[in-house]
Amino acid sequence: MAKSEEIIPVIKKRTIEALLEKGTRIDGRKLDEYREISVKFNVIEKAEGSAIVNIGNTMVIAGVKCVLGMPFSDTPDEGVLIVNTELIPLASPTFEPGPPGEDDIEIARVVDRGLRSTKAVDLRKLCIIQGRRVWALYIDIYALNHDGNLMDASGLAAYCALLCAKISKVSTENESIKILEEKEPLPVQHQAIPVTFAKIGDKIVVDPCYEEELIMDARLTLSFNEEGQICAIQKGGRGVFTLDEIMYCAELGRKISQDIAESIKRQLENIQ
Amino acid sequence: MKGKICLLNEEGLRIDGRKLDQLRPIKIEVGVLKNADGSAYIEQGKNKIMVAVYGPRELHPRHQALPDRAVLRCRYHMAPFSVPERKSPAPSRREVELSKVIRQALEPALFLEMFPRTSIDVFIEVLQADGGTRCASITAAAVALADAGIPMRDLVAAVAVGKIEGKIALDLNHLEDQYGEADIPVAMMPGLDQITLLQADGLITLDELKEALKLAKNGIMQIYKLQKEALKSKYLESGEELG
Repeated sequence: MAKSEEIIPVIKKRTIEALLEKGTRIDGRKLDEYREISVKFNVIEKAEGSAIVNIGNTMVIAGVKCVLGMPFSDTPDEGVLIVNTELIPLASPTFEPGPPGEDDIEIARVVDRGLRSTKAVDLRKLCIIQGRRVWALYIDIYALNHDGNLMDASGLAAYCALLCAKISKVSTENESIKILEEKEPLPVQHQAIPVTFAKIGDKIVVDPCYEEELIMDARLTLSFNEEGQICAIQKGGRGVFTLDEIMYCAELGRKISQDIAESIKRQLENIQ
Repeated sequence: MKGKICLLNEEGLRIDGRKLDQLRPIKIEVGVLKNADGSAYIEQGKNKIMVAVYGPRELHPRHQALPDRAVLRCRYHMAPFSVPERKSPAPSRREVELSKVIRQALEPALFLEMFPRTSIDVFIEVLQADGGTRCASITAAAVALADAGIPMRDLVAAVAVGKIEGKIALDLNHLEDQYGEADIPVAMMPGLDQITLLQADGLITLDELKEALKLAKNGIMQIYKLQKEALKSKYLESGEELG
């Protein structure tokens, strides 16, 4: 969906920049401080898995649906994973109705890359009859309230929805597939936690809010697995990064991803 | 599928005979299309990519025009015959994303504020794809923008680095991209030492990222030289004709 013109008063831009010079931000955070993350698991009973993720005032919902489908010809023994994101007009006055635009598609593809690279779901376990029938896993991500950093909120919502997803057991007799009543947890084996940075002037902040995103020069998202390895990177925005800035973001991002993973784990244990 | 193909032989050479830090052969031609304000053609290994630049010109639809600068628009598109299995000519989600990241890789180099209310359009047609097409497209697009006479802070040159058989390698071809462990496209303004595009998939450690970025810079400096030679060869020739 195309965004309409986004305007921020020059005076506000200067305020944000002046605050950054003093080591603080428009919402009172430190430059390397992430907003509080809260996750609600399994909010949609009719979905196989779902989660609402709040990062401050940013709110995103993701739902997982499973359907029987055909495998891709180059991976006959693997299930299919499809990620879709829509920045719907409900979430922000700057979003417009219409088919997904480049921003929606970029988020979906970066989330997809993270989950795929880390092998979040063991897709081989979603194969039912090799080359013929597999589970296709659809992760649909909807922005509900945009206050910056929809990238991380989308990535976390997708990962959390997978974490709590349950999929029907199947029996195969004489090539006929029967879907059973009984359900089992989705085989989630690795994590992909995105951490996004914004560069404003020569300052770098983590987890930008909406106003910071409006004035940022460039954006950098790094996704991490549980071992602190990078599983996806995406630079965005019209500006540039130096090598040192990228390594700063990578090192800080790795640390923050561990805190986020810990927080998600705690919140998941609370509901189980 | 991974691991079925051996990407490095016993002598440490890659499937196309290259060393780990070696680029594929690159050929850049400037001013190949008569209608365009600027154009370039690049061959990098088996990649064959045509780029045309139109503009600065009046922007349609007009309400998209910006009062303080030109709008840069990029269209990355792969021809249906560019890959082994025919690709639908309709723009895929991949092409939409790549169009966006290519635009953002080129934009830092351009003095867009010199041409308010206009558009600068970059059309990229991948005629044959063999891995690393977004990077080759950026390399060629920067040359085409220079050929169109658009004022630039620097050229933008790009290359993909990656991990094959656990080793960091320069300029991945299609097989290395498909069966390797990681793919990291990088674009830079080489003269300014600034990174304008960075993506990655696959698994890499922080140390590997650092090593990859250094190797990428090494390759980018070589490509930068080829870009400048290509531009000089066109304009020195035409200078001599006039002379």
